[in-house]
Amino acid sequence: MANHVQTLPASATPLSRPARRPGWLGVLWTFCRRKPLGALGGVLVLVMILMAIFANLIAPYSYDETIRGARMKAPGAQFWMGTDNLGRDIFSRVVYGARVSVSVGFGAVLLANFLAATIGITSGYFGGKYDICVQRVVDAWQSFPFLIVILSIMAVLGPGLLNVILALGTLGAAAASRVIRGATISVAQNQYIEAARAVGAGHFRIMVRYIFPNVAATIIILATIGLGGAILAESALSFLGFGVPPPYPAWGAMLSGSGRSYMYTAPWMAIWPGAAISLAVFGFNMLGDALRDILDPRLRGAGGGRLR
Amino acid sequence: MKKYVFRRLLVAIPSLLIASFIVFLLPRLLPGDVVQLMLEEKAYGKDLEELRAKMGLNRPFYVQYWEWLGKVVRGDLGESLWTRRPVIEELARRLPVSLELGFLALIFAIIIALPIGVLAAIRQDSIPDYVARSLAILGLSVPGFWIATLVVLLPAIWWGWSPPIQFTEFTKDRWAHIAQFILPAFILGVASAAAIMRLTRAMLLEVLRQDYVRTAWAKGLREGVVVAKHSLKNAVIPVVTVLGIQIAQILGGTVIFEQIFGLPGMGRFLFDAINQRDYPVIQGVNLVIVSVVVTMNLVVDAMYALLDPRIRY
Repeated sequence: MANHVQTLPASATPLSRPARRPGWLGVLWTFCRRKPLGALGGVLVLVMILMAIFANLIAPYSYDETIRGARMKAPGAQFWMGTDNLGRDIFSRVVYGARVSVSVGFGAVLLANFLAATIGITSGYFGGKYDICVQRVVDAWQSFPFLIVILSIMAVLGPGLLNVILALGTLGAAAASRVIRGATISVAQNQYIEAARAVGAGHFRIMVRYIFPNVAATIIILATIGLGGAILAESALSFLGFGVPPPYPAWGAMLSGSGRSYMYTAPWMAIWPGAAISLAVFGFNMLGDALRDILDPRLRGAGGGRLR
Repeated sequence: MKKYVFRRLLVAIPSLLIASFIVFLLPRLLPGDVVQLMLEEKAYGKDLEELRAKMGLNRPFYVQYWEWLGKVVRGDLGESLWTRRPVIEELARRLPVSLELGFLALIFAIIIALPIGVLAAIRQDSIPDYVARSLAILGLSVPGFWIATLVVLLPAIWWGWSPPIQFTEFTKDRWAHIAQFILPAFILGVASAAAIMRLTRAMLLEVLRQDYVRTAWAKGLREGVVVAKHSLKNAVIPVVTVLGIQIAQILGGTVIFEQIFGLPGMGRFLFDAINQRDYPVIQGVNLVIVSVVVTMNLVVDAMYALLDPRIRY
């Protein structure tokens, strides 16, 4: 391994190396310096969340306000991203659209990771027949084409914010539960788990107090990466007309319907919402990747060691 | 090898049965009553009860399932509630379109992902590596339907060119037929390519740090031999697993891409059927898709055995 250690880049050392524990500002600064792309992702995520929270302050118009005589105006000083076929300001609609993406993203990921943690930790901790049965169900869950299952579920539930969260959350849990199960298996082999059992801790207590904190980093990483996926899936659903019902703007829905039928005369209608989706998902993916590299090198799959 | 494949085939049967039950159950959970809809819009029968009896929807649920299963085994998927045409006939026309699209997308995904993933791994932390990784994250971030929209829109604005909307049959014009798939298949393959590339890179990096690879270097073998012969074969096993998952995702993606590019495939058929609550069609399409996925997973499992002689069940 000598060769490998020698060429290990300095950036691969974990954050916790300094003897003196740096404050959170210090940690933040180190993160930005080591993972500039991850920091960029973090900024994009922050902008998106702020946009969603303060949409009514940022947007110059309301999302369903028809501005007289401003039908399909090109982007300019008054309408930064132009207006749509009903004379609504696209910039304002994109800003309000962040609310849908943020709430669906966080809601679905929260639900997915709660389910995944429950399934993954119990499956990895108990093992045996329970594990085998649960994992076969997870297999089946994963092998269905995602979009087709979700279309069928959405057709059952009907469109709406809560239903989108429910559908995406339950579907997203399968893949994440696999990873959490793997992490649980390796944590459960530690001596302190044995020690806990020796002093008489029950299964529930061991799982909640001893295993959960040790797989929490994995869960946080999965959540960050999952957020991008959830936002992407929500936009696909909205695009197909199974998302949040109009007139509330969802980025995916803005790209379909009138966005598509008027795109040759007003191309900006089909451009900005897509750019917003891409930037948001890009931000979450970048941040998730950087967090994974720093928090849990085991998940990285690839450490240092340049070949030559 | 034969025994292994045979055992996998046996395991596939219960999963197909479970899947068929889910497939049968799902459309029945749809809100809204197809009989009501048909009576209002198309006036097929005198009243609700008569129409229900006509379509066999008045019998108990399990009887319907059993009968349906019996017919499915004999290759009868029922007929569309709206057009009265046999579902199997329609599927026979549409399945090749979707399979062609999905297959081309998969090919694109692999020929983009593998070489770039290998290059990024053997030149880790070089500029090509950074470019490849950033592009991969971008590929995972940009929604396919937006790229598809831009690909149709931008050339139309800049040069007044747009892809043909009319579907060309293979028998009519071979090249025009294949050409119309290139664009949607490429875009559909991009997202999968990004996922496959990232995994290839990560797995290859892992393998390249193994002792036996250092031995290979120490023997003085050329880079090409070390990478292609000693490392790649071991690195590619998890990649094959992900390929199985990607096939399912690509098939799902056909729903969107057939819509945008006007291809008369299964995805579009399914989308329309869901909107019209056409049970037999939804069941038929879902059953075919699930069967394709299960079959592809079988192929993936057989490939394991080929790639890694240690795998035996």
